[in-house]
Amino acid sequence: MKIGTPKEILDGENRVAMTPDSAVQLQKLGYDCAIEKGAGQAAGFSDAAYKAVGVEIVKTAASLWKSADIVAKVRIPTEAELKRLTKGKTLISFFNPAGNEEGMELAKSKGANVIAMEMVPRISRAQKMDALSSMANIAGYRAVIEAGNNFGRFFTGQVTAAGKVPPAKVLIVGAGVAGLAAIGTSTSLGAITYAFDVRPEVAEQVESMGAEFVYLDFEEEQQDGAATGGYASVQSDEFREAQLAKFRELAPEVDIVITTALIPNRPAPKLWLEDMVKAMKPGSVIVDLAAERGGNVEGTIADEKVVTDNGVTIIGYTDFPSRMASQSSSLYATNIRHMMTDLTPEKDGQINHDMEDDVIRGSTVTHEGEITFPPPPPKVQAIAAQPKAEVKELTPEEKRAQEIAAFQAQTKQQFTLLGVGGVLMLLVGLIAPASFMQHFIVFVLAIFVGFQVIWNVSHSLHTPLMAITNAISSIIIVGALMQIGSGSFLVILLAALSVFMAGINIFGGFLVTRRMLAMFQKS
Amino acid sequence: MDYGFTTAAYVVAAVLFILSLGGLSNQESAKRAVWYGIVGMGLAVFATLVGPGSGLWLLSLLLIAGGGFIGQYVAQRVQMTEMPQLVAAMHSLVGLAAVFVGYNAHFEIGNVAQVIAIVDSANQADLSDLGAFAKLIAKKTPAELGILHVELFLGIFIGAITFTGSVVAYGKLAGKVTSAATKLPGGHALNAAAAIISLICLIWYTASGGFFPLFLMTLAALFIGYHLIMGIGGADMPVVVSMLNSYSGWAAAAIGFSLGNDLLIVVGALVGSSGAILSYIMCKAMNRHFVSVILGGFGGPQGEQMAVEGEQIAIEADGVAAALNDADSVVIIPGYGMAVAQAQQSVSELVRKLRAQGKNVRFAIHPVAGRLPGHMNVLLAEAKVPYDIVLEMDEINDDFPDTDVAIVIGSNDIVNPAAQEDPNSPIAGMPVLECWKAKQVFVSKRGQGTGYSGIENPLFFKENTRMFYGDAKASLDKLLPMID
Repeated sequence: MKIGTPKEILDGENRVAMTPDSAVQLQKLGYDCAIEKGAGQAAGFSDAAYKAVGVEIVKTAASLWKSADIVAKVRIPTEAELKRLTKGKTLISFFNPAGNEEGMELAKSKGANVIAMEMVPRISRAQKMDALSSMANIAGYRAVIEAGNNFGRFFTGQVTAAGKVPPAKVLIVGAGVAGLAAIGTSTSLGAITYAFDVRPEVAEQVESMGAEFVYLDFEEEQQDGAATGGYASVQSDEFREAQLAKFRELAPEVDIVITTALIPNRPAPKLWLEDMVKAMKPGSVIVDLAAERGGNVEGTIADEKVVTDNGVTIIGYTDFPSRMASQSSSLYATNIRHMMTDLTPEKDGQINHDMEDDVIRGSTVTHEGEITFPPPPPKVQAIAAQPKAEVKELTPEEKRAQEIAAFQAQTKQQFTLLGVGGVLMLLVGLIAPASFMQHFIVFVLAIFVGFQVIWNVSHSLHTPLMAITNAISSIIIVGALMQIGSGSFLVILLAALSVFMAGINIFGGFLVTRRMLAMFQKS
Repeated sequence: MDYGFTTAAYVVAAVLFILSLGGLSNQESAKRAVWYGIVGMGLAVFATLVGPGSGLWLLSLLLIAGGGFIGQYVAQRVQMTEMPQLVAAMHSLVGLAAVFVGYNAHFEIGNVAQVIAIVDSANQADLSDLGAFAKLIAKKTPAELGILHVELFLGIFIGAITFTGSVVAYGKLAGKVTSAATKLPGGHALNAAAAIISLICLIWYTASGGFFPLFLMTLAALFIGYHLIMGIGGADMPVVVSMLNSYSGWAAAAIGFSLGNDLLIVVGALVGSSGAILSYIMCKAMNRHFVSVILGGFGGPQGEQMAVEGEQIAIEADGVAAALNDADSVVIIPGYGMAVAQAQQSVSELVRKLRAQGKNVRFAIHPVAGRLPGHMNVLLAEAKVPYDIVLEMDEINDDFPDTDVAIVIGSNDIVNPAAQEDPNSPIAGMPVLECWKAKQVFVSKRGQGTGYSGIENPLFFKENTRMFYGDAKASLDKLLPMID
């Protein structure tokens, strides 16, 4: 079958759904690849680069849509594009199925199968095809870069000959994929970074990225974000109030605010109100990554940069991934390629549209003339944050008491052992003759010495230890040597054999130990 | 020369042996410690040869030289991967020697009894014809003779078990006998029966002092040694070998008792406790009881094992190379698979290249990795990996979260997260190397199968794990040119 990628129609969209790298991988799955002339140009992939890896260059979009069995693209297809679909063709693209009823109807009437990339369920197995995440990652990075571009100062604090520069303070609202990417970029640029999220379980992730999590003084059983498939959901009014109060407190301090708060299938919540914008210092920058859904900030205008009266820049671009087309195309193309890998379990270049598979079922919105949206909940749930078992913090007294108890138990154990051992010893002493007891004392003491000595042997030298104990256990040769002088032939024979074997052991054991130890070299 | 000199030499020898074991506490002093052992042994042999009662010293020296020649030949030729076999084979020699010496002691008792019977009717002067040991026996009271019987019985019993056990262990380690756990029909009942026979023989022997019960017991003990070790699988061999090490020591100690020789007792006790401690450490590292290892099979709660979700994602050499080139800190976890594939030289070369780029490369060694305690350390040392980057489990486990890449080469159960996550797993509670906490894990493995224990390893299904299939050596050789 043939996979084709047309040039994106939407103005300003620079991404492309197939890169030369991904084409190589797709060909390994058994597919032929085709691309519309100039489709990769804006993302920095020339036609020649595609040709070099064996991708067919198709002159027009019309002939591409016609010849390809599978069409992979980025942006939500237009009506004109959907009309080009025919029965049995598969379209893989962003689709916004929740707000694209007509599109689905059209695809259904054409009998085409549509896989919507934003519907890939959020389960571990599907992460490699989660285009929302890979795009959000880029958006988060780019948001910080855009903010820096419009911010008149350094991110990092410096003390220079020309004076001291304080570090910038960055607040990131919403610690999803984009938020975390923004945190990472911001901290690595050297800014003091704060982050807020309604899901308290992400605090750990935030802190691991080097930012400070902003906690609210709010007592309520906060819901587990994982129950909603890893996304945030609507909050109660009281919670919202507490949140806004915290933001009001932070507004005069922070230099850069990046908002990334989105709730699936709803307009973006307003989190940064007009009075907060007013409270910010002149020259501050706000980047609203939720601008496409109405924005988190009051005063955001989608796709535009506005400067307020008090000199605060509000950036409402919605095309962050497209602004880094080369990077985002590579990632998106890889997501598509992974999707194709799952669709082609046999690697024979034939699609096996398995509607039993959670990931494929979840992301398919039309299949064989039927609308299959919304999908049933996936069988495998997103991995929920396990409610942490209550680990009781011990008070110093309790700790002390425990230590004492442990020590007492140990003492008791030792006393019992010593007692039993002593009694046994005495019993032996009662029966056994004195000559035996002399040897016995030597024996017991030797065991004690052995235990003390061997515990100190380094783990890495256990093999040499075995070899050397082997060699010295051949001390049995002494016994054989004492017997070899006996008059009986049988005794001499057995003793001679023993001496011989022990001789092998002594030399073999010591020499192999020496050989081993000589190998241990310090760097 | 008389007893005084010999005894003094023995004391010095015993001290030297203790020092030689104590010196193994670190790599540098160990090199000196071997010499203590050698000198101690030389002194002990010399003192015995010149001491009272030994005869035929020319023959003795010839035999020692002959044995020494073979020993030297073997020691120089042996591959480091074959160390477990060699150690097992040497144990069998000690075991057999103990049996022989024990038998000799028995025969001497018989001879002495005869001589005394003759001498009693004539006069007492003839005793000087007998050897040193015989003189010792002649002085013994009946009670002491009884104890002597028990001692040499025990010496032969332990020696015989050590002998056949070690032979079987050698066969298993050398791949000459199937390494799977096999038992004769009847299982441990047979072992128990043989043990009971031995016990009856002990009573019989102390009562009669005859040869037959001793012989019967030897057969029973030989059988126990064979059957017990046959029933233990290949991966438990570290415990078995250290247990046999311990036995060879106890056998020497028991013989020492019967010969009234303190040096034998001291050395036997040292070796015996050394082996016992090694067995204990190995068992602890597998979180299993010694008894359950020896009786075969896994202990612990057996319940529904956690189902493993996800898939094993394969990766090619170029992917591994790219990750390694980007990594700052790398931890390599070798296992028996590395020894089987003889991949230690390639691993060493990889480490050399990575370290030349200034990366922090270290090894993490689980106590039961390989088939012999400390096996991996020796293999890596042979491949010229400096020992200060080879770390124990406890030293490195906390560092995994800061590690960029962890490479697992031929190990399985020792990196199984189920030991911590799944209370129903057969290896639940076993201390493991927490390599899954590293940012990325590569597992070099021959195929998709489970390990020796047949336990599914969730590590292979983790998101940050990539499977690097293929023979360890071949895979690494493919990888090496890609590291720049």
